[in-house]
Amino acid sequence: MRTVRIGNGSGFWGDSIDAPVDLLRGGEIDYIGMDYLAEVTMSIMMRQKLKHKDRGYARDFIDFIRRVLPELQERGVRVISNAGGLNPKACREKIFKEARDLGLKGVRVGVVEGDDILPRLPDLIAAGHHLENMETGEPLDPILDKVSSANAYLGARPVVEALDQGALIVLCGRVTDTALTLAPMIHEFGWALDDWDHLAAGTVAGHILECGPQCAGGNFSRWWEVPDLWNVGYPIVEAQEDGSFTVTKHEGTGGMVSVDTVAEQLVYEMGNPREYITPDVIANFTTVRLADAGPDRVSVSGIRGGARTRYLKVSASYLDGYKAAGQITISGPKALEKAQLSADMVWKRLEKAGVHFEPECRTVEYLGVSSCLPGILEPPEDPPEVVLRLGVRDPKRSKVKRFGYEIAPLVTTGPPGVTGFAGGRPKPQEVVAFWPALLERDEVESHIEVTVEEV
Amino acid sequence: MKVPLSRIAHARSGDKGDGSNVGVIANTPEIYEFLRQELTAERVKEHFREVCRGRVERFGVPNLLALNFILHDSLGGGGTESLKTDAQGKTHAQGLLAMEIEVPDHMLEG
Repeated sequence: MRTVRIGNGSGFWGDSIDAPVDLLRGGEIDYIGMDYLAEVTMSIMMRQKLKHKDRGYARDFIDFIRRVLPELQERGVRVISNAGGLNPKACREKIFKEARDLGLKGVRVGVVEGDDILPRLPDLIAAGHHLENMETGEPLDPILDKVSSANAYLGARPVVEALDQGALIVLCGRVTDTALTLAPMIHEFGWALDDWDHLAAGTVAGHILECGPQCAGGNFSRWWEVPDLWNVGYPIVEAQEDGSFTVTKHEGTGGMVSVDTVAEQLVYEMGNPREYITPDVIANFTTVRLADAGPDRVSVSGIRGGARTRYLKVSASYLDGYKAAGQITISGPKALEKAQLSADMVWKRLEKAGVHFEPECRTVEYLGVSSCLPGILEPPEDPPEVVLRLGVRDPKRSKVKRFGYEIAPLVTTGPPGVTGFAGGRPKPQEVVAFWPALLERDEVESHIEVTVEEV
Repeated sequence: MKVPLSRIAHARSGDKGDGSNVGVIANTPEIYEFLRQELTAERVKEHFREVCRGRVERFGVPNLLALNFILHDSLGGGGTESLKTDAQGKTHAQGLLAMEIEVPDHMLEG
């Protein structure tokens, strides 16, 4: 049976910049998926696009393409990415410029558009699509003027279209992470739109790959068993037409692929295991069978799926006030007591200045004592040192800014042993909140555009 | 014998809206059956009482020998709104694996 090798070279924006290059050069590979978009990324890209009309995509991706484009073309290794963000066409122009600079010809790049529904929101709402918040049930209309981005999650189909048209690189905005893996399988094996079991298999493969090395030894509970994590191999799925696949990594890399490392990634960010809903299919994770298939090889089979829903998920972002956090280091003896006194001083001084924060809008953490798992891991009675971390949130920028002035003075006004105040006053950051909603599939899919162009 | 859960299982956690999920995977089928009895949603809620302000839901994933817990309202507002260091519940799996649990001795062999 024919095998198609699909790897993941980036799990998020900020992931290792050498990993995708190593994945390309380390052995056989047919497709590389590159994920850059977290929810917050879209609103950052919106701000970039508002400042420069030719920005609003992941520029790290261009750096990657510049390093490897001749090799991609020569070996026919195809790259699928959501690096296009809010401006996939500008991203394509930039890639074409790189191709021309490298003296390359015949580079075909596909662009998928139609996920960005921000300009359509007033019309959609007027047409009776209220985009109710999936958690609270409230309609979107009252906060419409605060919305800074709104994107529907697209599935694998438009990506398949671009691959069918011969694109070497496919640039998308908001597509599901799993589509980056499922699309090449549909393209290669010709799976039907309603071939739910196979679509579910490709979706599970995508879920295993989507966080890069997290299925190959990264973030593994028994981390002490994992060899050479510094050189961890990014994962590869060897896919077959019957929907079964093997998870592996290139020989000579660090990390490990075992039934346990793959199982941990399967449960990552899991909700109801019977209903993993994507635009393409509903995958049932309780049907996944894992088996050891040799060193650093795990075979995956048996996956069942159900019919896709009538809706697509939409994620809108909106400005929801400001926040800031700052920290300072306090040594012992009695580090914790001194940190508690310091925190108390900050709040009292702010009150004196007429700046009040409600308890739910402020936080005090004692890093090294109880910040991550309070009440679970027992702190030492008198820790040798503590990092005091204070944070606030408020609709008013000026109040948040005022808070930022109160940390540094602790060095001279507070108890002894206060140090490590570096990086200046904490500055207010915009809080970008998310609004998850559902929208009729047809409203989005009728606006999807796939274009493949060549330089 | 009383041991930390990490002796008989492994786990991973991540965010799920304003909550987190912790997927716990038993080392053997026998331990999975044992944990299905012992590691109830109520017990996990009690363990995370200072972290999780909402309810705890549990799903079985028998093919992976896994129990998936959803810890609602455990991230101080979730995503970008949270002021917490661990705003994504990345550490919650390590927290659950630290739970002390009375385990029949024979399950600790091998």
